[in-house]
Amino acid sequence: MTAKISYLLHLADNPLILGQRLGEWCGHGPVLEQDIALTNIALDLIGQARLLYQYIAGLEDVQSTEDQLSMLRYEHEYRNILLVELPNEDFGHTITRQFYYDAFNLLQYESLTAHPNENVRAIAVKTLKEIKYHYRYSSEWMIRLGDGTEQSHTIMQTAVNQLWRYTGEMFIPASFEIELFAEGYAIDIPSLQAPWKEKVSSVLSQATLTIPPDEPMLTGGKEGRHTEHMGFILTELQYMQRTFPQMQW
Amino acid sequence: MVITETHTPGIPSQAEWLSVRRLIATSLFQVWDPEIPGISIVDLGMVIDIRENEGQWYIDLAPTYSGCPAIDVIPFLAKAKLDEDGLHDIKVDMIISPPWSTDWISTIGHQKLLDYGIAPPNRRSALMEGSPKQCPQCQSENTVVISPYSSTPCKAAYRCLDCLEPFEYFKCY
Repeated sequence: MTAKISYLLHLADNPLILGQRLGEWCGHGPVLEQDIALTNIALDLIGQARLLYQYIAGLEDVQSTEDQLSMLRYEHEYRNILLVELPNEDFGHTITRQFYYDAFNLLQYESLTAHPNENVRAIAVKTLKEIKYHYRYSSEWMIRLGDGTEQSHTIMQTAVNQLWRYTGEMFIPASFEIELFAEGYAIDIPSLQAPWKEKVSSVLSQATLTIPPDEPMLTGGKEGRHTEHMGFILTELQYMQRTFPQMQW
Repeated sequence: MVITETHTPGIPSQAEWLSVRRLIATSLFQVWDPEIPGISIVDLGMVIDIRENEGQWYIDLAPTYSGCPAIDVIPFLAKAKLDEDGLHDIKVDMIISPPWSTDWISTIGHQKLLDYGIAPPNRRSALMEGSPKQCPQCQSENTVVISPYSSTPCKAAYRCLDCLEPFEYFKCY
């Protein structure tokens, strides 16, 4: 597999897996409006992943379909970051995971709007509109819950601390990214770390939450080394395609 | 009718070309968005071109939200309607660049949204999604957002502070 395809799959796998996780909230949201909001964001994310899978599936050196790419790869072939595959806990945990990801994704997609490939650029320009809205949604909830009651504050600070060790991976390039930096095909993600931290610190301080101290970061997802949760989410995600091969809507 | 089972592909004359284009457009005006009955995909600004290349006709559609569940249904509905009107073998292309915008919704589209009880997109506030001009039920301008997402990703939930009815607002995109 070429570095370009690994990179494009990485871009597609993040929203697919996070979309699947958010979809698990369907019917379980704390209130109806937030249940609907989380599942609408899930739809956006899966739609964004689809645009990328459709593009990858049509590439000359990929003989595949969008369904095969999203539903029939093995665990070690998925290139999403670990953060997005973590299981849902409480609403505050889901919002924090979403907030860390949205703040990164916003910066990432702003850069992708200047991508050398016109298809990637078109997808970025379109989906950036949605990502901005996701970011506003998750950051507003960070502030509302962090600066809420004593209980909600404690829940949010716990989530902020617990998920922190998964944020470093977003800025540590995988081998395929390093290979693509020179030609500008992959974004220079280490350069996004400072603006990301600035965004996150500003929202956390409004939310009266403390930014966690630096600690060793967990990595591996982009290279296909996932947490023990990945197999379970894929089992559910892939069930229909594996049970009824080539089924279509 | 020009495109029928017996139509021979080839370069159409200008008059022929215009007439087919008109027939296709007329047909597309009767393809409704499955989520918002009564508003056609043309009024939603989704039809960006009707074109012909070597005897093959195409319609270019701009998908709305990436996650819109109607994204696969709309080309299907469009083809079914075209077939019903005797316009066969027309190809549908989804075009994402430039991205669809709510600015492409027609004036009639705005009116139809309103008739259906949805406040049309309105870029009057500093927020990127704008805010409703007025409550679609009682026309009061005194409204408040309940949730940034509603029954579909393209709409937000609002409440009117005068008639107290909830309503949906089609967000600017």
